Amino acid sequence: MSKFSVIGTRVRNVDGPEKVTGAAKFTFDVTLPNMLWARVLRSPHPHAKILDIDTSKAERLAGVKGVVTGKDTLGRKTGIWRRFPEFCDEEILCRTKVRYIGDPVAAVAAIDEDTAEEALDLIEVEYEPLKAVFDPMEAIKEDAPVIHDGVDLNINATRHIEWGDVDEAFKRCDHVREDRFYCSPQAHVCMETHNTVSSFGPDGKMTVYAATQSSYYTQALMAGMLGLRESDVRVIKPHVGGGWGSKFELDSTQFCSGLLSMKLGRPVKIVLTREEEFTATKRRTPMYYNVKLGASRDGALLAKEVRVITEGGAYTSMGPTTLYLTGFFSSFPYRFPNYRYDGYRAYTNTAPTSAMRGFGAPQATFVMESQLDMIAEDLGIDPVAIRRLNMMTPNYEVPGQAYIQSCGVLQCLGEIERYVKRRGQLPPNHGIGLSAYGFVSGGIFNWFDTPYAFSAAIVRINIDGKVDLYTGACDIGQGSNTTLSMICAEELGVRLEDVRIIAADTGTCPPDLGAWASRETLMNGNAVKMAAAEAKRQLLEVAAAKMGSNIVYDLDIKDRWIHIANRPERGLSYFDVVKDAIRGKEGQAIMGRGHYTPHRKGMISPAYSFGVQAVEVSVDPETGKVKLLNAVTSHDSGTVINPVGCDGQLEGAISMAGGYGFCEDQPMDNGKLLNPSIGDYKLIRALDMPETEILVVDTWEPEGPFGAKEAGEGLTTPTAGAIGNAIAKAVGVRITDLPITPEKVLNAIKHKEEKGSTTARR
Amino acid sequence: MKQELKLTINGQLYDLFVKPKTLLVEVIRRELGLTGTKRACESGSCGACTVILNGMAVKSCSVLALQADGGQVQTIEGLATGTKFHPVQEAFMDEGAFQCGFCTPGMLMSAKALLDENPKPTKQQIKEAIDGNVCRCTGYNSIVRAITSVVNGKYEERK
Repeated sequence: MSKFSVIGTRVRNVDGPEKVTGAAKFTFDVTLPNMLWARVLRSPHPHAKILDIDTSKAERLAGVKGVVTGKDTLGRKTGIWRRFPEFCDEEILCRTKVRYIGDPVAAVAAIDEDTAEEALDLIEVEYEPLKAVFDPMEAIKEDAPVIHDGVDLNINATRHIEWGDVDEAFKRCDHVREDRFYCSPQAHVCMETHNTVSSFGPDGKMTVYAATQSSYYTQALMAGMLGLRESDVRVIKPHVGGGWGSKFELDSTQFCSGLLSMKLGRPVKIVLTREEEFTATKRRTPMYYNVKLGASRDGALLAKEVRVITEGGAYTSMGPTTLYLTGFFSSFPYRFPNYRYDGYRAYTNTAPTSAMRGFGAPQATFVMESQLDMIAEDLGIDPVAIRRLNMMTPNYEVPGQAYIQSCGVLQCLGEIERYVKRRGQLPPNHGIGLSAYGFVSGGIFNWFDTPYAFSAAIVRINIDGKVDLYTGACDIGQGSNTTLSMICAEELGVRLEDVRIIAADTGTCPPDLGAWASRETLMNGNAVKMAAAEAKRQLLEVAAAKMGSNIVYDLDIKDRWIHIANRPERGLSYFDVVKDAIRGKEGQAIMGRGHYTPHRKGMISPAYSFGVQAVEVSVDPETGKVKLLNAVTSHDSGTVINPVGCDGQLEGAISMAGGYGFCEDQPMDNGKLLNPSIGDYKLIRALDMPETEILVVDTWEPEGPFGAKEAGEGLTTPTAGAIGNAIAKAVGVRITDLPITPEKVLNAIKHKEEKGSTTARR
Repeated sequence: MKQELKLTINGQLYDLFVKPKTLLVEVIRRELGLTGTKRACESGSCGACTVILNGMAVKSCSVLALQADGGQVQTIEGLATGTKFHPVQEAFMDEGAFQCGFCTPGMLMSAKALLDENPKPTKQQIKEAIDGNVCRCTGYNSIVRAITSVVNGKYEERK
């Protein structure tokens, strides 16, 4: 029997009744009295000077209430890097120069969206087009155009990671491979496009309804850019229709609605069109990888050297962190004694690239897992055996980088090995590819230089025993409202239905850095657990006094029953004790406070999830068409708090990660995106989705609440590599650039038949 | 020039005046404030705006409001009977067949239209019925499981 009463049970999502009836309100559904609608005018040029902007015709259009340009801003530059001003390089509206097709230059507020749209055509912008550069390999050349003044060779950021003696180790290797890989861009495709309603009131305070992954960052950055006091900006996060990293950073959507609302004194709503969502929000970072991998004859990995150049796009955004993490994850999940990484992020005249579910790890894992199969084949070693020989183990230190406590990756490999054996002999042109991975459970990054705790929570117990849980955690669909309510109910010893969560409203909830790097379960979960424990202690004080039991007896609460821990039949009703406790405090509610900031856990994350995935594909050798048949995953999330939510995260990630591997792409022509619509951007639909199976591995993470760690992003990392490895098994060709389209597979098959070569390049 | 539009939505007759180019989704969301129906692609390719018009699942962003004149429309707000959930709503909650919930109203209406027309669809028919509905969160399999559990009669006694 489980030692838990709430954790690990299959419960309905606490937001379910609202979400299945259409009652759930998203920012998209928010309308305020007297509200105006706004649209943003964007640059049609990839790189140009702004010589003049004439808004007079637009302002005269009936129904237009106001137009803003860069002149109406405070002239500040923004970015998530409050501590590093050189990385804050984005303007609310460009004042002197545009750097990609989609850069914002003006915004119009009108009585309705059609009028605002019509007014955009009446704004006259005089541009002087400049030479543009789109490919990062071209951008870093001496004669490339300068995108940001003072940035040499357009190199926005560099990152270096090194341990051991790599050069010496390569000399000792029996076999060394050098390969190149290309990792393509990917769009988040949130079903709810970025949108915001800002309402600046006569009291000088602003209320913002935002589709955001961090109410707190939205509050702080809007205040900073608009010249308001932080606490005078109240950010309310309604339900959010998907984020995956794209709704973590701010852009003209939030800032322009705020700017226009301050100018006009009316609520202003901006909803990005689907085309804007594709062209003018951030996206997954394209990367060029050069990798040298060395092993001994028996398959022990001795050294790895990685050089990466990433396409940064026009601005910094979260790019330098993606650059660091792709280097960090390029060693995962293996014990490399010698390792060196050098990453360069180049500015280009394309839409900025940044964080997307996996945060640099999907690229690293595609490269690692592809090349590992390649070197295993060279050495005549089985893919399972080479992984088993080199995998991380519990209590492993990534030298100078990270301390890994729980690590179930070897158990995961065992589960997958058994699955592959069960699957047995495959039909012709079918193949199963393996891919192993690890991921962070929250990031120990404080770009924002916040003095607040990373996560905080308040638990209040009311007279009827109902528990109000206040947290800044942002549920963007991943289910943190449910998971955190379960943690609260478990710790306090009540039922899930006793907990009401109030989340992500900066006017009432304690600050939390938000939903990114898979941090809510571990980081906010720890804060919630601490707050609930604090409230519970107050109840137990009262109960102990009432029961008059010997001081050596510990009290506990389970399922609303306060009892002596080892004599559960002796106890009191939770509800009675709550009433007495509140009476004893002269009517004050019982309150518990909790917080969490990782300490002494290295510089990346307090804990790491792991897993191994097997993907079975069939390949049509006549057309190169790949079909995903089965994706079987063994994932180590530590204790699973919310099994329905966890399964949903793992299964859902496969659709996004599978799309990254074989169909999603963003082709451009001179900086212009060619497929900015859901019809043209090929993503996985119901008929394309493989069968999925999740094999549970049980571990305990000492740093996590009740032993839990992440389940949100880890599984977006292995699938592309597994698909590549499966295709190699099925038809004997190796594709080293993403996405693995039918055209590439077919060309590789033809090339192989003609030349006997097995590697195809773009 | 606005024209008269008579539309029955979730059993209630509305008499409205709309511009000829107004889309059905805008009448539902903006004129009537039934914001459960979503809009996500503006090109008829995501299914978030799916409603049932005269018994058929349609994308309400691809239908002019006046084309639906005199018609019967069912939106997500009309799926439950009072506070009693429809079986597909129960099943979606049990199977975790939604996450962010933005595609969910359209997905549920596609599922309902399928089951109204064919109470015993195969797995392939279920997938075909929701292939026009994009869900970026769930990977669809939990949705297929949810609809399958309704087909298998799990919620029959509650009907």
